[in-house]
Amino acid sequence: MKPFDYTRADDLQTAQRALHEGGTVIAGGTNLIDLMKLEVMTPGAVVDISRLDLNDIRDHDGGLYIGAMVTNSDLAADLRVRRDYPVLSRALLAGASGQLRNKATTGGNLLQRTRCPYFYDRDTSCNKRTPGSGCAAIGGELRNHAILGTSDDCVALHPSDMAVALRVLDAQVEIESLDGTRHLRPLDDFYRLPGTTPHIETSLEPGDIITAVVLPKPTGGQQSYRKIRDRASYAFALVSIASVINARDGKIENIALAFGGIGARPWRDTRVEDMMRGQTVDDQLIQKAGDLLLSDARLLEGLEFKADLVHRLLSSTLTEAVQ
Amino acid sequence: MKISMTVNGKTMSGEAEGRTLLSTFLREELGLTGTHIGCDTSQCGACTVHVDGKQVKSCTMFAAEADGAEVATIEGQANADGTLNKVQQAFQDHHGLQCGFCTPGMVMAAVSLLETNAKPSEAEIREHLQGNICRCTGYHNIVKAIMAASGQEVPAVAAE
Ligand SMILES: Cc1cc2nc3c(=O)[nH]c(=O)nc-3n(C[C@H](O)[C@H](O)[C@H](O)COP(=O)(O)OP(=O)(O)OC[C@H]3O[C@@H](n4cnc5c(N)ncnc54)[C@H](O)[C@@H]3O)c2cc1C
Ligand code: SF4
Ligand code: FES
Ligand code: FES
Repeated sequence: MKPFDYTRADDLQTAQRALHEGGTVIAGGTNLIDLMKLEVMTPGAVVDISRLDLNDIRDHDGGLYIGAMVTNSDLAADLRVRRDYPVLSRALLAGASGQLRNKATTGGNLLQRTRCPYFYDRDTSCNKRTPGSGCAAIGGELRNHAILGTSDDCVALHPSDMAVALRVLDAQVEIESLDGTRHLRPLDDFYRLPGTTPHIETSLEPGDIITAVVLPKPTGGQQSYRKIRDRASYAFALVSIASVINARDGKIENIALAFGGIGARPWRDTRVEDMMRGQTVDDQLIQKAGDLLLSDARLLEGLEFKADLVHRLLSSTLTEAVQ
Repeated sequence: MKISMTVNGKTMSGEAEGRTLLSTFLREELGLTGTHIGCDTSQCGACTVHVDGKQVKSCTMFAAEADGAEVATIEGQANADGTLNKVQQAFQDHHGLQCGFCTPGMVMAAVSLLETNAKPSEAEIREHLQGNICRCTGYHNIVKAIMAASGQEVPAVAAE
């Protein structure tokens, strides 16, 4: 690992100034340290924000305000989360392992980098790691890559389970800028699609720090998180689906669906939700929903299986919701 | 920089660079080589220790992050009279180890489970151990050892 200056921030401004000057913050470190070992990320200065006062979960406008440093373990175990937003709890527990969830944070989880193996291998070309160098994944071995929202420069996937649940719950990210002002940004605006600049992943500006994630009032409905992976535990999603569904007599009254494992960012398609509202769940509707969701999908060689998995997950999710 | 922490109840300090991992610091600076380094990439769990009461992977943490923290390692697990604690003893009784490389991490993970769940089910044990990889035992005897350590009947486990 390249040497760097380590400091522990006592206040947000110190951390933000360091960020503005090109430093990197470390929260739980569970992604950053691995990337630094591989020298994929080589910050000259690392500012530890783990002791900042950003780790409370509190009621907020009928919803929930979750500090950026709340650990994935504490968030999954929070009684309000388990009661009102069970999809979030389940998504968190479906990720990583206990030791990692004890360190991983809400802010860090949102900003974890892709698991594209070429991104981690400095001997290959990767536009995300080294802008303009090309993309070894396209034409290489594809498996944990995206089929929606990709570009000719990058087909990387956002790997977070938590972010998929937050997307279905209409969460917003609270960001503090260098001048001390805070603003909220919906998750969908927060993540950028790769386009020709896959190294720019979010709307964060130099000096910005995530201070919290805000959840709106719970909407009720049946919530679930389903995740398909290469082995039964401790693996990233091949395809996952987070759902909040209100159904009556086999008919969908309201529905929100977000997908992991298929998009360059946690994926949501309101066209699919609009199409299903008021409809009776049957095989035809499930097929139609999957087809609409995947109508813009780019199924490069090696990724065709994801289309099947999407259809199957949709089927089990919708069937269970109307039972 | 100088780093101090309480390790197994004793205040200890040593020199570290920013990039020194907690696992390296424990082994090379403090001489506590019971914490093993298997993968060094957050996968295997051999390096599991407790920091401020929570199990973490010590290869996924800078020593500097643990400055001022309470750390527990495998060296602190035996009883005061030097006999094995109940988890360690159960691993021995139920052959929960073969080469022993994963064992320090397995024991630290098991101890953290029993602190929050005194009588875990087999499924809960397997779930809890998802971040600990063993290449020898096939896990069954580890699961049995933890059932025994928690004072439960040791059943024939699933898939046996
Ligand atoms: C073996 C393994 C298995 C895993 N399996 C899964 C899985 O199945 N599902 C899943 O979803 N995840 C999985 N993960 C990923 C894990 O969830 C992430 O590593 C973790 O959530 C990152 O959080 P952190 O706090 O440790 O981030 P860090 O590593 O500290 O930071 C990540 C990035 O975010 C930046 N950052 C952090 N906090 C802030 C902030 N408040 N403001 C601005 N920037 C910030 C950092 O500078 C860094 O660039 C796995 C990880 C490992 C190692
Ligand atoms: S898909 Fe993206 S992250 Fe992977 S090699 Fe191509 S540019 Fe890099
Ligand atoms: S050595 Fe730390 S997880 Fe393998
Ligand atoms: S006993 Fe050899 S790795 Fe577990």
